[in-house]
Amino acid sequence: MIVRQHERVMIQGITGKQGTFWTERMQEYGTTIVGGIVPKKGGQTHLGVPVFNTAQDAMKEVEFDVAGLFVPPLFAKAGALDAIEAGVKKLVILTEHIPVQDVMEIVAAGKANGTQIIGPNTTGIATPGECFVGFMPAFNKNIMREGNVGIISRSGSLGTLISLNVTQAGLGQSAFIGIGGDPVIGTTTREALECLDQDDKTKGVFILGEIGGTMEEHAAEYAATMKKPVVSFIAGGASPKGKKMGHAGAIVMGNKGTYQSKVEALTKAGVRVIDTPSDAGKAMVEALKG
Amino acid sequence: MNFEEYAAKPVLAAAGIPVPPSQMATTPDEAAQAAEKIGKVVVKAQVPTGKRGKAGGIKLADTPEEAKKVATAILGMTIGEFTVEKVLVEAQAPIEKELYAAIINDSESRGPMVLFSTLGGMDIEEAAEEDPKQVRRQPIDIRTGLDKAGALKILDGLDLGNSTDKAADVLVKLYKAYRNNDAELLEINPLVIKTDGDLIALDCKFSMDDSGIVRQQDLAPNGTPDKLTALEEQGKSVGLKYIELDGDVGVLANGAGLTMTTMDVVKHHGGVPANFMEIGGEAYTKGKPALELVLSNKKVKSLVVNFCGAFARCDVMAEGIIAAWEELKPTLPVFFSVHGTGDEEARKLLTERLDITPYPTMDEACKAAVDAAKGGAS
Repeated sequence: MIVRQHERVMIQGITGKQGTFWTERMQEYGTTIVGGIVPKKGGQTHLGVPVFNTAQDAMKEVEFDVAGLFVPPLFAKAGALDAIEAGVKKLVILTEHIPVQDVMEIVAAGKANGTQIIGPNTTGIATPGECFVGFMPAFNKNIMREGNVGIISRSGSLGTLISLNVTQAGLGQSAFIGIGGDPVIGTTTREALECLDQDDKTKGVFILGEIGGTMEEHAAEYAATMKKPVVSFIAGGASPKGKKMGHAGAIVMGNKGTYQSKVEALTKAGVRVIDTPSDAGKAMVEALKG
Repeated sequence: MNFEEYAAKPVLAAAGIPVPPSQMATTPDEAAQAAEKIGKVVVKAQVPTGKRGKAGGIKLADTPEEAKKVATAILGMTIGEFTVEKVLVEAQAPIEKELYAAIINDSESRGPMVLFSTLGGMDIEEAAEEDPKQVRRQPIDIRTGLDKAGALKILDGLDLGNSTDKAADVLVKLYKAYRNNDAELLEINPLVIKTDGDLIALDCKFSMDDSGIVRQQDLAPNGTPDKLTALEEQGKSVGLKYIELDGDVGVLANGAGLTMTTMDVVKHHGGVPANFMEIGGEAYTKGKPALELVLSNKKVKSLVVNFCGAFARCDVMAEGIIAAWEELKPTLPVFFSVHGTGDEEARKLLTERLDITPYPTMDEACKAAVDAAKGGAS
């Protein structure tokens, strides 16, 4: 789920407001954009690349490895299934508010066809110095620059703050994987952690978790087996039970998904859990020294 | 969004799952009239919360007179934080055995999950503790769904007498209802085997995925929206996600994750946040209504504003707050932390226009806000 500069990227919904604005940012930064997909707009050229009606058409004309999906929630499933059936390897779903059962169908189809789904409701993925797919502040060198810290985040805004703290501490990022804030997502914390563990450039990993679900607990099981240091911050310790705090996935139900359960599991696995994001840079510098 | 029993049961009925005949009543006389028509009834408080039976909100009545009497007792009582304004008057069923059946969205398997137990009346966690052998949890492949054979396989090994086949039918129908209505939870508890062996749903919980509401316009008006405070209503009306909390430190930040984190850091330094208020995404230019909302909460004694600009620039977000501040002229102390895209411009604006120097870290800003709130209290 790390995206490389040589990978060919297709943007679904490229002619929309968001699609247009962010495709231009991606092109400026170095992402290899090879085309766009917008039903009924096939044949046009937008931002210097060809537009196709469907992913299947696009795959025949210009091969692509990655799709970034910027389409409205109720059209997201059709777009995602189209890309998956066309054989895309990675699909980054930026859209928020996709019905959960649609997401389940997308995730199941991805699994069956060997497509790595990232998101939905993510700000995207970035490889500083190479490229990004999504709404990433990679263009701001104070926030992201090339380095050796892998960041996994359920939140865009908190991910930005931690990236900034890591950068201010003199480090940089090998990859930023925004996994998204929804209750059902294609790439879990654990899967992202395994990927960064296998990435040679990554020397340490930051896990930005949130209350709700059990992804951090599962990631902790893997973290316990890792040689690379892992630092974590879990957001939502001060949030009341049973209320959704902005992210649909950030909700504590009964005793599941609590702040305490996550911190306990991570700490037991040897992960350093920090109390406040202001400690992020320092904690990672120390962790990398060993 | 949750649906109360009276609004949830029609979802089952539409899928072909038997439910008892029933009628709504808002007065004791209406309850008596309903009982007249139906016969022996159970009178059930309709409130959007659980544990109605324990609270005394569910009572049997064998005659219309009794129905009137129990309805008089139930109507107007308080269950949880809700006053009972209506009751469901429903035919009694001859109960042989009580079961539990539900379909939920399962985050872990990333698909639908069937839950079933022969210990009806208890919730599934209680049943699993009581006798795990009587409990089934089966993830479903959403691409193939649940058919009769699959349902029978789930029920294999459970003692359902001669009703196994009928229970499998109910599961298949329940799954269809779950899929057709964007349910995140559709639960029958108890699902009853009657003395004649037929099955009937005596209660139903239905929660609709909030992201599915836009395409469920026929059904959605029957749901019960979350109970909001006056300020939360005000926030909703201007498209802002505002949640009122118990503390006295006002919080204003961009993005859900950063806002939650700002609340955490306030708590970390010994304070209690007064609200969740996020102005990220499309709302990042709404500084003024956001500030007004946060300050309308009279419990707020100090305010921390925490921005981390990515694409949404700090200076644009700060400009909104500054303009609102100049207009509203609040007297309470405010503490800023601004980082990321546009942070230098934002710092300059804050110094020039409000004579405020932002703190170097969000920790220092939060700590200062906590100290100020405590100072104000003494």
